[in-house]
Amino acid sequence: MLSDITIGQYYKADSFVHRLDPRIKIILTIWFIVIIFLCKNFLSLALMLSLVVFSILASKVPFKTFFKSLKPIIPVILFTTILNIFYIKDGNLLFPDTFIKITDLGLATAFFMSVRIITLIMCSSLLTYTTVPTMLTDAIEKLLSPLKVFHIEVHTFAMMMTLALRFIPTLIEEIERITNAQKARGADLENGKLMQRVKAMIPILIPLFVSAFMRASELAFAMSCRCYRGGNGRTKMKQMKLSLKDIVPLLIFAVFTVGVVLVNKYFNPII
Amino acid sequence: MSVAILETKDLNHAYSKGTAHEIAAIENINLSIEEGELVGIIGHTGSGKSTLIQHFNGILKPSSGTVLLDGEDIWKDKTKIRNVRFKVGLCFQYPEYQLFEETVYKDIAFGPKNMGLSAEEIDKKVRQVISFVGLSEDYLEKSPFDLSGGEKRRVAIAGVMAMEPRVLILDEPCAGLDPKGRNTILQLVTDYQKKTGSTVVVISHSMEDISKIASKILVMNKSRLAYYDSVDNVFSNAAELKEMGLNIPSITQLFLNLRNRGYDVKTNIYTLEEAKKELLRLFSKEEK
Amino acid sequence: MENYIDFQNVSFTYQSDNQSPKVLKDFNLQVKKGEFLAILGHNGCGKSTVAKLCNAIELPTNGKIYVDGIDTCDEDKLYDIRQRVGVVLQNPDNQIVATIVEDDVAFGPENLGVEPSEIRRRVDEALKCVSMYDFRFFEPHKLSGGQKQRVAIAGIIAMKPECIVFDESTAMLDPRGRAEVMSEVLKLNKELGITVIFITHYMDEAVNADRVVVMDEGKIILNGTPKEVFVNIELLKKVGLDVPEATELSQMLINEGIELPEDILEIEELTNKLIEALEDKN
Repeated sequence: MLSDITIGQYYKADSFVHRLDPRIKIILTIWFIVIIFLCKNFLSLALMLSLVVFSILASKVPFKTFFKSLKPIIPVILFTTILNIFYIKDGNLLFPDTFIKITDLGLATAFFMSVRIITLIMCSSLLTYTTVPTMLTDAIEKLLSPLKVFHIEVHTFAMMMTLALRFIPTLIEEIERITNAQKARGADLENGKLMQRVKAMIPILIPLFVSAFMRASELAFAMSCRCYRGGNGRTKMKQMKLSLKDIVPLLIFAVFTVGVVLVNKYFNPII
Repeated sequence: MSVAILETKDLNHAYSKGTAHEIAAIENINLSIEEGELVGIIGHTGSGKSTLIQHFNGILKPSSGTVLLDGEDIWKDKTKIRNVRFKVGLCFQYPEYQLFEETVYKDIAFGPKNMGLSAEEIDKKVRQVISFVGLSEDYLEKSPFDLSGGEKRRVAIAGVMAMEPRVLILDEPCAGLDPKGRNTILQLVTDYQKKTGSTVVVISHSMEDISKIASKILVMNKSRLAYYDSVDNVFSNAAELKEMGLNIPSITQLFLNLRNRGYDVKTNIYTLEEAKKELLRLFSKEEK
Repeated sequence: MENYIDFQNVSFTYQSDNQSPKVLKDFNLQVKKGEFLAILGHNGCGKSTVAKLCNAIELPTNGKIYVDGIDTCDEDKLYDIRQRVGVVLQNPDNQIVATIVEDDVAFGPENLGVEPSEIRRRVDEALKCVSMYDFRFFEPHKLSGGQKQRVAIAGIIAMKPECIVFDESTAMLDPRGRAEVMSEVLKLNKELGITVIFITHYMDEAVNADRVVVMDEGKIILNGTPKEVFVNIELLKKVGLDVPEATELSQMLINEGIELPEDILEIEELTNKLIEALEDKN
């Protein structure tokens, strides 16, 4: 079912991670991603994985929620694993007398890559699970606000993101409604060759677009009625204020970064 | 004796709790709709009435229990479910949002085309149903998106009628229309039923509308079937209906009031003409 | 009492050329401060255009419209007008902008540049006013139609308007949702003294108004108290509207020679009058 989509959903809980300033959370997530790509061996990767696990524990979001968000990524993980196993020719052959040309280095790299992807997904999921979508867009707006100097419409961009998030569930419901209505008129969506199936989508896509455009114009009208005039002179009910507690995770991250740099320097790299 | 065309036996549907798209559950529904009847379904939003009718044509699959069409389980052969949908035509709420073709003609033809009918048969059906919904053949070449709200609604209903279903189900066909539009739709539904003799099921929030057109009323309350009986019998449970938060038609309410105040009047009255007659009878009787 | 909204000889067409049909023709309407005015009419009679003209979403082709003494054509005062006259639309889904109820209510005051602490106060107050405070952290798509519409109302109240226009705000709701919204509207008018313009095609909702205006083809054809307006059964039916069944039935009985007042609107009232008439006979 379409409504099973969990990516980008907020998990309500009261934790240190939830209360953290969203701007800090975004910066930390980006920081984390950069460091993950700097990891050269298993030890440094393990260091970062432990940081993620520690953060998840602190967030009170159950692990099984994260496994759900990993599910759609499994094919990607499998694909990279297979690619690495068979592509890397360096290292020692594991089964030298057979036709299977798998090397120890290939296997290690494949494993390394998989863990890296999983860690990345867990880290970015943590951001969306612990931050209300509107706060996330607000934070992005704040972080990108220096770009205003270059006349980039940061506010408009953030507003578009908020509206997209707001209307995703509405449009998903709409798709189900239209699909059911066309099924009731005998539309066959399950059978047939690829081209036939693509063609069978037309009776769903056209009404969906028509309704999306109609909604958009009504929404624009409603926003004008509520005095919307872009970002100028606009205030925010929810203010973001940095406090001392926001510095704590920055320090933790700094320590781990130093750790990764040291481990990279003194242990042999895998890649 | 009439024959049951649609039956449910111990029908249950449980929804996946907590998901964004919540569907009301239905519990132990046993009913049988006879050929040629016009059944009205009433109940609150979330009472399970929409869930119930989506079982009639196999859009939803029962968690347990069966739906029988002409005595045969519609899910007996999963691959034949599309045939069931041609026999039991379901027109959803706000059906104008399903229009997609360039012309009204093509849109109405969508159902018959899916049935695999020949071009001549399709043509015959399209021309027949456009008159059923009270629009002239000039409309056939227009774009459905250029029509007024009420006209779009009628074209969408015609699209379901064109499959010549044996049972036509309409989920709140009057929702959001103005009084004129509402009356037009109610009239065409009753006319269609009389002309074709097919079975019709209508969901509505309006007791007034239902009482005027239906021969039987089905009341859903909290996932269960509360009443399924003739109009008179259902409305004789005025107090229970009010408890469920449902109103009875205001005209009927008048006669219930009078009876409560000690006047000997009939209470199974739903139209103004009937009301006038009964009140005049009361006045002439009191005079003596 | 002073006129809060004043339409003076307003004509309106959607295209500026003279060929396209006029949606409004020489339209004159005065709404008093604190009044509850219902506008009735079938779809396409021009009643929704009236809503768009009230807060300068559209401007009159000819004539003038004054809101609290401000000409709606005065571009410098555009946001003063929109702050004063809030509009609640038909489809609840298409007027909620945020993913959390309380953020949505804050949207209007944020646009007006209100102080954050004051917004917080207004948002809580507005949500309590429509009994949606307990739902302040909900996602809008998890609410019922009536609840969504109450959130939309809260979003308007938070802007501290003096007048609210309801443009068929009950048309898409079930009876329970309609009742919820109707009771909020009455409360806003009676308790907070907000001027209400209630556009609808349900005559039973117009019964609650101080004054009813019936429109047809861009013109006002009836204007008066509900009792004065609904006795015109023939005319109302001619323009595609319903009449309260109580009114119609009493008229039918009057024609048969039974003595009843002709301006009965509600069934309870009719019951009592009928009993009086029956007792007079004896």
